[in-house]
Amino acid sequence: MSIKGKAYIAGIYEHPTRHAPDKSVWQLHAEVAKGALEDAGLTNKDVDGLFIAGDANGGLWPMTDYLGLKPRHVDSTETGGCSYIIALGHAAQAIALGKCSVALITLAGKPRTSPPAPRAQGAEADFETAYGATTHNAYGMAAMRHMHDYGTTSEQLAWIKVAASHHAQYNPHAMLKDVVTVEDVLNSPMISDPLRRMDCCVVTDGGGALIVTTEEIAKSLKKPLVRLIGHGEAMKGPRGGKDLDLTYSAGVWSGPRAFAEAGVTPQDMKYASIYDSFTITVLMQLEDLGFCKKGEGGKFVSDGNLISGVGKLPFNTDGGGLCSNHPINRGGMTKILEAVRQLRGEAHPKVQVPNCDLAIAHGTGGLLGVRHAASTAILERV
Amino acid sequence: MIMTEAKSDVKKYPTPAGNPETQPFWDAAKDGKFLIKRCTACGEAHFFPRSICPFCFSDKTEWEESSGEAEIYTYSHMRKSATGPYVIAYVTLKEGPSLQTNIVDCDPASLKIGQKVKVVWKPTDGAPLPFFTPA
Repeated sequence: MSIKGKAYIAGIYEHPTRHAPDKSVWQLHAEVAKGALEDAGLTNKDVDGLFIAGDANGGLWPMTDYLGLKPRHVDSTETGGCSYIIALGHAAQAIALGKCSVALITLAGKPRTSPPAPRAQGAEADFETAYGATTHNAYGMAAMRHMHDYGTTSEQLAWIKVAASHHAQYNPHAMLKDVVTVEDVLNSPMISDPLRRMDCCVVTDGGGALIVTTEEIAKSLKKPLVRLIGHGEAMKGPRGGKDLDLTYSAGVWSGPRAFAEAGVTPQDMKYASIYDSFTITVLMQLEDLGFCKKGEGGKFVSDGNLISGVGKLPFNTDGGGLCSNHPINRGGMTKILEAVRQLRGEAHPKVQVPNCDLAIAHGTGGLLGVRHAASTAILERV
Repeated sequence: MIMTEAKSDVKKYPTPAGNPETQPFWDAAKDGKFLIKRCTACGEAHFFPRSICPFCFSDKTEWEESSGEAEIYTYSHMRKSATGPYVIAYVTLKEGPSLQTNIVDCDPASLKIGQKVKVVWKPTDGAPLPFFTPA
């Protein structure tokens, strides 16, 4: 049994805000839910499946009640930034089994005005808390080892930010719209070696939502048909200190699972949404997903190879987390949204990939250098 | 040499909460002993300590004193934080397991992957915490 082709993304919405001091977190969730339902041509009465993650404080009880929903299927799987890509796969499973027919997936938050509470810790707490792992230094440690093992350079990482900035100039909602050069990235201040400020994503308020539905309902609506044909998820950690290898991510498992289910290869992808919490995140994911060999990510991303219309793999054509949006420090949702825009032909004309019929949306969640999840979705325009 | 970690002597570290499974580690720490766990069923050592082996799920895990000798697997110099700069790292113990730590009492600019380091203890309000410093 497979979810291949069983679920369609019928509605998408990305909140245009990047700074929302005048709104509540709940309100943002409701606004993105409303936006995605209107995009699909459906209403709140049609929703019978609700998928949320750790950004929805309090979990399913308050969110279901606040939105006035009566779901018959719920899921609050929390895997950080890739939660929404995992939710897409779980929604497809529920739809394939007839457990729900219109699934709503939301993400919203406002870290710029009310920072999220620290994540609850696990068994490792006493043995790690004091050492101050943060996103910056955990990804810094991964980048440091990748450079050591494969000769990856800061210049190569900088090309990822450069490509994102080329795309962001066309996105009126992008937080950072200026095109930057490799030199600009290398001249930005060191945050946590070897990552500089421009290797890091933006911090934004906002959110996004998806409507996932059956083939029958999707075909009754007006939007171009985009369906999920492959999905994978995986978890990785140091596992007792025996498996510590920060040069690869759980994407080495989630990616092949998704490609196998879809029956396609990385080379078939016309467009790639790759989570870009940091430049190193993109470089490692491209290797782990099989767009290039392990260790050759630096060469792959250089010379504008990720710029739409210029390079061989257009990526994050909305400007991604590096330049456009990274709502509540979670990038998975916006990865799916831009992939759907590309497949619908709704991306900005300057970055739209011609005849884009196959795309990947991939992300990680947690800390790449500590413990993380990964999830991969292969999407097809029908 | 810039001793950015000089202030670690006054830096306030969190007190380990401890629990029934890990208390022997913290009790030994008070005597300056760095303990790891080894499974007598599969022979593998692991860290942080668990009662059930994460590799073979045997409950035959035993405490073992580590040499405290390690080498740097990777590190990152965090340039700014509320408590000042610090170097976070993973080090690989001579006995096998790798663990997260800070490299302290060092010049961050001189650190290298593969460099030899050794355990050093820093006080808290309870049991001391293990850190590593160039050997």
